[in-house]
Amino acid sequence: MKIKKLEERFFYLLMILSTSFLAILLLFIVSIIIYKGLPSLSWEMLSQTPKGGYYLGREGGLLNAIVGSAYLASGAVILALSVSLPLSLAMNVHLRNNKRIINSIRLILDLLWGIPSVVYGAFGFTIMIYLGIKASLLAGIITVSVFILPIMVRAMDEVMKNVPFTLLESAFSLGSTKREVAFKVVTRQCFPGIITAVLLAFGRGIGDVAAVLFTTGYTDNIPTSLMDQTATLPLAVFFQLGSPIPEVQNRAYAAALILTIIILTISVVTRFLSRKYHKTRIN
Amino acid sequence: MYVTLRKIKDRFSNAWISAAQFFVFALPVAIFISLFYKSFLVMQTSGIGDLLFSSVWRPMAGQFGFYPFIISSLWITFLGLVITAPVCLLSAIYLTYYGSNKLSGIMQPVIDILAGIPSVIYGVWGVLIIVPFTGRYLAPLFGYESTGFSILAGGIVLAIMLIPFILNILIEVFRTVPAEQFEASLSLGATKWDSIKNVVIRRSFPGIVSAFGLGLSRAFGETIAVLMVVGNVVGIPENLFDPGYPLPALIANNYGEMLSIPMFDSALMFAALILFVVVVIFNMLSRGLIIYLEKRQ
Repeated sequence: MKIKKLEERFFYLLMILSTSFLAILLLFIVSIIIYKGLPSLSWEMLSQTPKGGYYLGREGGLLNAIVGSAYLASGAVILALSVSLPLSLAMNVHLRNNKRIINSIRLILDLLWGIPSVVYGAFGFTIMIYLGIKASLLAGIITVSVFILPIMVRAMDEVMKNVPFTLLESAFSLGSTKREVAFKVVTRQCFPGIITAVLLAFGRGIGDVAAVLFTTGYTDNIPTSLMDQTATLPLAVFFQLGSPIPEVQNRAYAAALILTIIILTISVVTRFLSRKYHKTRIN
Repeated sequence: MYVTLRKIKDRFSNAWISAAQFFVFALPVAIFISLFYKSFLVMQTSGIGDLLFSSVWRPMAGQFGFYPFIISSLWITFLGLVITAPVCLLSAIYLTYYGSNKLSGIMQPVIDILAGIPSVIYGVWGVLIIVPFTGRYLAPLFGYESTGFSILAGGIVLAIMLIPFILNILIEVFRTVPAEQFEASLSLGATKWDSIKNVVIRRSFPGIVSAFGLGLSRAFGETIAVLMVVGNVVGIPENLFDPGYPLPALIANNYGEMLSIPMFDSALMFAALILFVVVVIFNMLSRGLIIYLEKRQ
């Protein structure tokens, strides 16, 4: 009997340790990034593009990467939305009674979700070569949108699943077509959820390296057209960290800090929205 | 007039939806075909057996043996899973069976943020903390010399990245265990831990396996964070403190040069194809297990 008690105590202690480890880990990672990045973060970093000799440690900032990342992720989100919104609406309105198709779509999405971004990068690269496009913002947007598509549909589907069927039925009974129910009732009902899905996908898209490594190239200028090469923040971290010059390495830390702040902001906003969503939902 | 406009809109939306559906179904097929097509050249010249099991890597001479890369990938994935498994299991049990709702309210955002941190950030953190730690403290402890850029560092960073991913699935899995069974065990006088061990774990065993299967396929393809800490030296690692060179890192590091040599390009696409096939197989098996588990209930 005593051994049993001891065993339970022992594992209980381990469980508390490992759970608190998670919180400590998050604090540890974020504080290291802040500690390393904050000293090199300046207004110059945020407001200027790299000047001559930037990669030797002279003047300039990261504006090219910040703007590039914003363009890339926004473009990808918009493009992905044009597939993910109708798809998740269809799964929950049009195909609601066709379990077989819904399940196979979910399976395919799970599969796509598991494919590593470097494979998407390689795929995007072959498509790019096939179509004869050079490494550009457009190629990056297409690749990233394919990569974030399953994340987006999944998040939207999760929200739309919870729309009560009676709500759909009452709309149908008033003579609405499926499209009207989908776009006017479900979309409106799930609006905060859709925004959450978009933000989630935006965060994924802005943080990924492997998918854009092949397809967007890298440049010191802010892109002015879709066919320009584009710098992105994670790539800026990656490239500058590889430099032997300490000043440039410090800028990698600054870029990492900017990226972390963006991700944390997105996460806070998402949390706020989904809480609000739970309050206003009709159930 | 209004009715026809409605009809047109309906038709348009139906077409749009069908196109989206078609796109999703066609995508995995398109990825497979394009990678296969691209890697056909190298498969034809070297033969799949040679590609997979030869350890001679001389791209300029047209010799592509992926064995060292595959071994590195396997080692790092294995290490990552072994390190992450106890943490995930214990935390998942604690959060589902011991912790209060308030604690879950605090921990869920923590897990979500950990899941949202980009892999390049984990990479930076790994370079700053894990690499020096393995190089300066862990390696001498076991009597090895190491720069710290090693298989072990890759495994540790990977393990940390896997935590939120596997933990979330495990919590879902534990929630599918019927409360009545757990309570029945308690009512028979078993302690909480005993009930967890003998009812929950046993009951959800396929789910636990599939959670780690999904984690495995995620780990196998993780690129940037691992690339940053693993050293990237071609060769079969002899111990955990040797540098390694996993498959995704190989693809990511050579994307620039590969264009000049068609065979090299083809070989890298073959590496991507290996990743794709392995990930798809493990994903399918794990999903199959989960579906089986859901059906049984």
